[in-house]
Amino acid sequence: MTDMTTATGQGSAPPPGDGPVLAVEDLHVRYGGSHVLQGVSFEVPATGVTALLGRNGVGKTTTLKAIIGLAPRTGRISLRGKDIQGDATPRIIRAGIGYVPEDREVFGGLTVDENLRLVDPDQGVNAPIVGRLFPDLVSRGKQRAGTLSGGQQQMVSLARVLLRETSVLLIDEPTKGLAPKLVTEVADVLAEIAQRTPILLVEQNLPLVRRIADTVVVLDAGQVVHRGGAAELVADQELTRELLGVSMRRDGAA
Amino acid sequence: MTDFLLIMVTGLGLGALYFLAASGLSIIYGLMGVLNFAHGAFMMAGSYAGWLTMSNLPSGLSVATRLLVAVVVAIAVGAVIGLLVEVVLIRPLYRHHIQQVLVTVGLSLASVAAAQGIWGADPRTVEKPEWMGGTTVVLGARLPNDRFVFILVALAVFLGLLALLHYTRLGLIIRAGVENRTMVEALGINVHSTFTIVFALGGAAAALAGLLYSQYAGTVSPAQGGSLLIYAFIVVVIGGMGSLVGTAVAAVAVGLVQQLANFYAASGVGDLSVVLLLALVLLLRPTSLKGAHA
Repeated sequence: MTDMTTATGQGSAPPPGDGPVLAVEDLHVRYGGSHVLQGVSFEVPATGVTALLGRNGVGKTTTLKAIIGLAPRTGRISLRGKDIQGDATPRIIRAGIGYVPEDREVFGGLTVDENLRLVDPDQGVNAPIVGRLFPDLVSRGKQRAGTLSGGQQQMVSLARVLLRETSVLLIDEPTKGLAPKLVTEVADVLAEIAQRTPILLVEQNLPLVRRIADTVVVLDAGQVVHRGGAAELVADQELTRELLGVSMRRDGAA
Repeated sequence: MTDFLLIMVTGLGLGALYFLAASGLSIIYGLMGVLNFAHGAFMMAGSYAGWLTMSNLPSGLSVATRLLVAVVVAIAVGAVIGLLVEVVLIRPLYRHHIQQVLVTVGLSLASVAAAQGIWGADPRTVEKPEWMGGTTVVLGARLPNDRFVFILVALAVFLGLLALLHYTRLGLIIRAGVENRTMVEALGINVHSTFTIVFALGGAAAALAGLLYSQYAGTVSPAQGGSLLIYAFIVVVIGGMGSLVGTAVAAVAVGLVQQLANFYAASGVGDLSVVLLLALVLLLRPTSLKGAHA
């Protein structure tokens, strides 16, 4: 049984010292003949949200997958100063990384409660943190996750990683395909989580990035092309257009 | 009417054997993506383990007692062989599907050759408890007793596996793994230990199927496992890889269709009709009867 003092729950587990919680060094990923990541290096600070940005297809999702061993990679990855690049995925996850994939990937044939019990066999949907952050899920414990709306599935996917103590969360496009009201809800939850657990967030929604991210890492063609503060990048229309191909209008929409 | 009842019971009895043969195959494929051609070897191991146990136990014991002991031995042998095959042969080839097929086909050919070398290619007679060889008259139909045994055993295994899948943590991990194995690992769960257990369970069910099939046939022979495996594969394809309920439904359908065709058309048409049923299902429901839910 995992310790229930979740980073976002009753207690937090800050990494020792002031170093980064996660450090990626010279990360390469090759799929067949294509060299998707070409020496990516960056750090995720021990607090706040680090946004991993870039145009479609530059390797953001691949970076997250490579960190937890779901993509064949070379390079060095350390979690709280300890190398994890040689470990298998389950071990990396249990070492303290929570992964929320693009497209949620809930188990559609399993109930909401069963989805959560995979991580927390004892409490499932009854875990206090679920009631606090996702009250809607509590009453849907017996419902098959495949019949939930996209927003509810995202909540299941987020709740799953909060049931275990984690040092850092890797969250891949949590607002993709969601209605504006749900985007706000997810953003609120992410902001609350980030107060206790650092997040590496892949996100295309620039207003959301401006609202919750502290630092940004921008990828292009498999390499890091920019690191800096989130507010500065989003405020610099010319730079966002150059790096991301989009910019925020004055009214705040992307 | 009596003929129909007889056909239904013998068809269900055959379907019960097909279910036992196919259940392990289905869950192993659904969870691990391993097309286990060595499943026939597991069945052969069960039938020979049973036959050897029965012949070596003191003849003072009743046939039924010796058969019960043989069942326990066969299940244990099947489980151990399944476990060893997973750990020694399958695990190093995880995600290398072609190599897995080659290894399991090779194992199945080698085990048949080994059995031929040790015990000969000819079928050996197995003893059958007197009651199992007899019949019971129901509504005027003389129904073979062994079919009731097959049906009850298969039902018990089916309910046991359903309970395992739905009321245990192992079952939860298997059901999640059949849907999305990668995501199970991405939640920090080591599915490899689950693979080993599933292989052992599949081996045990296959060995039980092999032993009961030798009771059905009245003999053991090296080729028996292979012929039962063909039907098991058809059942799994019709029922849906990884779906236990689909496997049960398909096993019953195949057993009934085979017996009905053999009786009402001509002897031998049963096998052909099973292939036609397979073709029909693939044409009308290419995703099989059930989805991929365990």
